[in-house]
Amino acid sequence: MIGNGVWPDRMSTSQAPLLDTLRQYEIPEGVSLEFRLAGPVVRACAWGIDTALRGLLYLALLFLFSFFGGLGIAAMLISIFLIEWFYPVIFELLNGATPGKRAMGIWVIQDNGTPLTPAASIIRNLLRTADFLPLLYGFGLVSMLVNREFKRLGDLAAGTLVVYRDRPSERMSPPSERVVSPPMELNEAERRAVLAFAERAERLSSSRRIELAEMLSGVTGRRGQQAVENLYGYANWIIKGHSRASSARGICTSPHGSR
Amino acid sequence: MRQERFEAENSPLWERLEQLIAELERPRYKRRMAPSERLNFPADYRLVCSHYALARSRNFSPALLDQLHALVLRGHYQLYRRRTAWGWRLLNFILLGFPRALRRNSGYFWVALGIFLLPALTLGIGCYYEQDLLYSILDEQQVASLEGMYDPANRRPGRVEERSSESDFVMFGYYIKNNIGIGFRTFASGILLGVGSLLILLFNGIVLGGVAGHLTRLGYQDTFWPFVAGHGAFELTAIVICGAAGLLLGHAVLAPGQRTRALALKQNALEALQLVMGAALMLLLAAFIEAFWSSSSLASATKYSVAALLWLIVVLYLGWMGRAPDGSR
Repeated sequence: MIGNGVWPDRMSTSQAPLLDTLRQYEIPEGVSLEFRLAGPVVRACAWGIDTALRGLLYLALLFLFSFFGGLGIAAMLISIFLIEWFYPVIFELLNGATPGKRAMGIWVIQDNGTPLTPAASIIRNLLRTADFLPLLYGFGLVSMLVNREFKRLGDLAAGTLVVYRDRPSERMSPPSERVVSPPMELNEAERRAVLAFAERAERLSSSRRIELAEMLSGVTGRRGQQAVENLYGYANWIIKGHSRASSARGICTSPHGSR
Repeated sequence: MRQERFEAENSPLWERLEQLIAELERPRYKRRMAPSERLNFPADYRLVCSHYALARSRNFSPALLDQLHALVLRGHYQLYRRRTAWGWRLLNFILLGFPRALRRNSGYFWVALGIFLLPALTLGIGCYYEQDLLYSILDEQQVASLEGMYDPANRRPGRVEERSSESDFVMFGYYIKNNIGIGFRTFASGILLGVGSLLILLFNGIVLGGVAGHLTRLGYQDTFWPFVAGHGAFELTAIVICGAAGLLLGHAVLAPGQRTRALALKQNALEALQLVMGAALMLLLAAFIEAFWSSSSLASATKYSVAALLWLIVVLYLGWMGRAPDGSR
């Protein structure tokens, strides 16, 4: 990348598509939703948990029905049939995820971001049989690896995605209040980077914070904790505007500021 | 407008929408808001969508974008959720949807029927005239157990063990697990270019035809045919329908036509699902008939006349139920 001499590795504003598991879907409201796809490993783990749970369920039912003689055998056979084919369907329609998927933090949605429909859930789970062939999800794995969206055969036919279910995370804000005006105009990518640094800084170790902030020492001339504070200042400047922070706050206290 | 001001002006709306979505995410009996309070959910949601778009285009901070994106995602999920009247839908499906779906895809049904019936007839005739032909399909033990099952000397058609009301229930459970499972597998394996469904249909045709021919040849027709004639109306038809559903999947993968493969597969899978679910209901009925009626020791004449009635019902139901007054559909 050609630097312009001032800003190290000046970031380009045009984003080339990266190799990523992030998929976007544009909804009728005109914005794009983003989904982080779940890969084969996490899904296999979820399946393992579900298989173990199903085994326990079978044992419990076997114990329960053993008191009922012939009728118990009939009930057991019907339960095996229902659990074998409809265990995932029932949980997916109730919660969007089987207990195993839930434990792994993933769930099933339609590929347009809407909730899983009953028809799609039944299709994707009946087709497990085909995915399972020739052994232990062989075809399913091949299909997932060939497909851009990690879809096994059942997902292809049902039009479903298995994605991570984002947990609501606490909103982070720049740690300091000080506003520093940057020495030059920042382009979009640079503004994004500064904001991302300031908002995520508290999750980094202090030496890593300094290491990242000192990448700009050539421009700012500051080192150590001062460089970090300086970047927080830039972030506040981007968010709040000029250093008249106090007056800006004055305007904003009324929720629908009269202008 | 700077981010700080944007947030201050709009965060009350975001908080309101967040509470509304949290309310909608709760199960119905845990909701606290009156329905009238939820009326402006679509409007609020769309406003927040535009805030998100605005925040993105203005390069506001990632944390704000994440917050708004999460809100849009959850709102989208709630707005486009469908709620169904299950009982009504099931009734509608049985009375109209299933036979109509089958007639829409009757081509697949006839092909599946051919794949099943031709080898069945061939092997049936073959095993009737050729004593040892069945042994090239099944091993000695299987043939011996089948012969024992339908030997007129034992008064227990179709069963290995002694018949009792309890064993009827056991067999009912067994038929559900086994037969509906076969139906589902016949459908599912169709996605492998149709090969799976084809093989299962062929295999079942060969075995059933061979066994029927062989047992008739031995003179066991008075135990075998009255037993299978009744539930066969539902069971055999349903397996062929499952095969047709599998062929629908296979056709979409092999020859999607002017659609993309993914779209063809999705559309055909929805059609096929209706066939499979209908067939599963038929197999459930067949399991009931097989366990409690077919195994009873009534006179053959009674069983044959009931069987004829059942076949007539199946043909009329699948062929004519739910047609429009002018005969279309």
